[in-house]
Amino acid sequence: MADERGPVDGSHPSVHVDGEVVATKRVGGYRHLTLTAPGVPERFRAGNFVAVSVAGHVARRALWVHRVRASSAFGPTLDVVVEARGSGTTWLAAQPVGARIAITGPLGRPFALPKVAVSCLLVGEGYAAAPLFPLAERLRERGCAVSLVVSAPDEAHLLSALEARRSARSVTVLTADGSVGQRGTVADHVAGLVERSDADVVYAAGPHAVLRSVAAAAERAGAWSQVAVETPTPCGTGLCHGCPLPVVGEDGVERVVRACAEGPVVRGDRIRWDALPDALGQVL
Amino acid sequence: MSAQLPGPVMVAAGCGGTGRELEPYAGPDGLAGLDLVTRSITLDARAGGPGPRVVEVPGGLVNAVGLPNPGLEHFLATELPWLVRAGARVFVSIAGSTMGEYADLARRLSRAPGVAGLEVNVGAPDEVGAALFEVREPYHSASVIAAVRREFPTDRPVLAKLRPDVSRIVEGARSCHEAGASAVVVGNAVPAAFPDGRAGGLSGPAIAPIALRCVAEVHRALPAVPTIGCGGVHDLRSAGAYLDAGASAVQVGTALLHDPTTVARLRAALALRALQEDA
Ligand SMILES: Cc1cc2nc3c(=O)[nH]c(=O)nc-3n(C[C@H](O)[C@H](O)[C@H](O)COP(=O)(O)OP(=O)(O)OC[C@H]3O[C@@H](n4cnc5c(N)ncnc54)[C@H](O)[C@@H]3O)c2cc1C
Ligand SMILES: Cc1cc2nc3c(=O)[nH]c(=O)nc-3n(C[C@H](O)[C@H](O)[C@H](O)COP(=O)(O)O)c2cc1C
Repeated sequence: MADERGPVDGSHPSVHVDGEVVATKRVGGYRHLTLTAPGVPERFRAGNFVAVSVAGHVARRALWVHRVRASSAFGPTLDVVVEARGSGTTWLAAQPVGARIAITGPLGRPFALPKVAVSCLLVGEGYAAAPLFPLAERLRERGCAVSLVVSAPDEAHLLSALEARRSARSVTVLTADGSVGQRGTVADHVAGLVERSDADVVYAAGPHAVLRSVAAAAERAGAWSQVAVETPTPCGTGLCHGCPLPVVGEDGVERVVRACAEGPVVRGDRIRWDALPDALGQVL
Repeated sequence: MSAQLPGPVMVAAGCGGTGRELEPYAGPDGLAGLDLVTRSITLDARAGGPGPRVVEVPGGLVNAVGLPNPGLEHFLATELPWLVRAGARVFVSIAGSTMGEYADLARRLSRAPGVAGLEVNVGAPDEVGAALFEVREPYHSASVIAAVRREFPTDRPVLAKLRPDVSRIVEGARSCHEAGASAVVVGNAVPAAFPDGRAGGLSGPAIAPIALRCVAEVHRALPAVPTIGCGGVHDLRSAGAYLDAGASAVQVGTALLHDPTTVARLRAALALRALQEDA
């Protein structure tokens, strides 16, 4: 697949701006924030993320961009989906309309788009399904047949697939507890899903274990895979080399690259999964 | 001929990526005229340590990145020419596991076009873990500086970057200066541990008072030795504290990871401050 995602280097036209919360909405177990961030929505491509500052904290928090609007009453905006877990995400989820937040973005290499109309399977787990929605739109514009899989532990952590139905030919819902859709995890279902969708390209976003199962299923089926990794990124901008991602280069040489700068989207068959720690530092 | 010292604001080692990642945030002129210290370069390529490499703690970060770098050869072929073309004043940070490696690095960098000066990393927070030449006593760092100075032209500065240890800093600064260091950078990250006990270095606002004390002691004891303050600089006030304590320049590290525009804003603010002082 042609890789037209642009340079990995600093010519990536990211900006650091003072953003503002213009809408906030609780949806199930998540908080959706709509933000202004002058220059970020305009430059966004699906698979990019933003790094946000949290009051009183030095490290940045990375968030997938779920949606951009070219215009609104507030000008261009972007949406993020926050799951309140630790200190930073809890603070973010509590920010009211009018709160100002320093935002850097768009960051990272986005999903590579196929040059011709092919069949695509998109698999997202939890909030990480967020970047697949704008991806589905781009793919549909290119005439690709899009099958979308949204997965979560339970219904409250499922991103709404309703709006995706416009861009996707088929939508499959998986919950581990069976509260809605099919019962089971991505790992349980992915082989059959790849087969049924007859996918040429499989895109995935979620925890490392989910990505690994998707990449393996794609490889077995002879499909390309593009996975968006969530390796903790202290700065998000490529400055600190703090988010090691073990890969095999095109030349067959093993390397460690920065997940935020050379990723977060990489070919699934390039990741050395056995060497990749999960977010807590444990090897999967 | 005396070496032209950098300042008043520099990018600290290991916090500016390869330079390219900083460019979008460096202001209207990009990296042109910016005093930038590279991440520490070693003779051979290093992949860096395992994750997590950087974790957040109150007031700062603990890091053990493990000096990931492409090795001198590759740096000279790719990263350095790019930085020089971008107009940065490049100070190459060098790190070695032996004195001979430091000398080798200095010799080869002395012939590379566009190197404004060297910064010698002789105070890493965990030299054993990073497989670096161990600096326990001031004469250890002084002998490294002497070895580097012999290989590097005297019209370009060699900076000695020291550990901000108040009980040793004056001795360290004196012996490095006598060994030929043009200025001392005070200092590196403070030796610390990750929550799981692994060795690392603490950086960020939490260490500013420690490094400031060290700068003040060096300036009091050795007023003729140029010092560069490094540790927790993030705004005009924290930079000004070092300059007021006698530092001739400051370096910005961790603050860039929090806000990549910090150096651009500080350069503008300090230029304004200088104008106001002149007036
Ligand atoms: C590319 C990318 C995209 C992401 N997108 C989203 C998103 O759309 N919505 C969302 O809710 N979260 C997202 N995350 C995770 C988010 O960035 C937070 O770091 C994580 O939720 C924990 O932050 P905290 O402050 O709540 O937790 P704390 O435990 O207080 O965090 C402490 C430190 O550990 C890091 N950390 C801890 N757990 C993780 C983790 N699972 N992933 C990354 N860093 C971690 C934090 O960044 C912080 O530096 C994304 C992460 C990455 C790398
Ligand atoms: C992620 C990270 C990487 C670093 N890498 C290097 C390095 O390669 N060489 C070096 O001499 N210092 C390195 N440092 C230390 C910084 O240059 C600086 O001396 C220290 O962090 C204190 O300054 P600060 O509080 O402004 O960050 C690194 C620091 C951090 C946080």
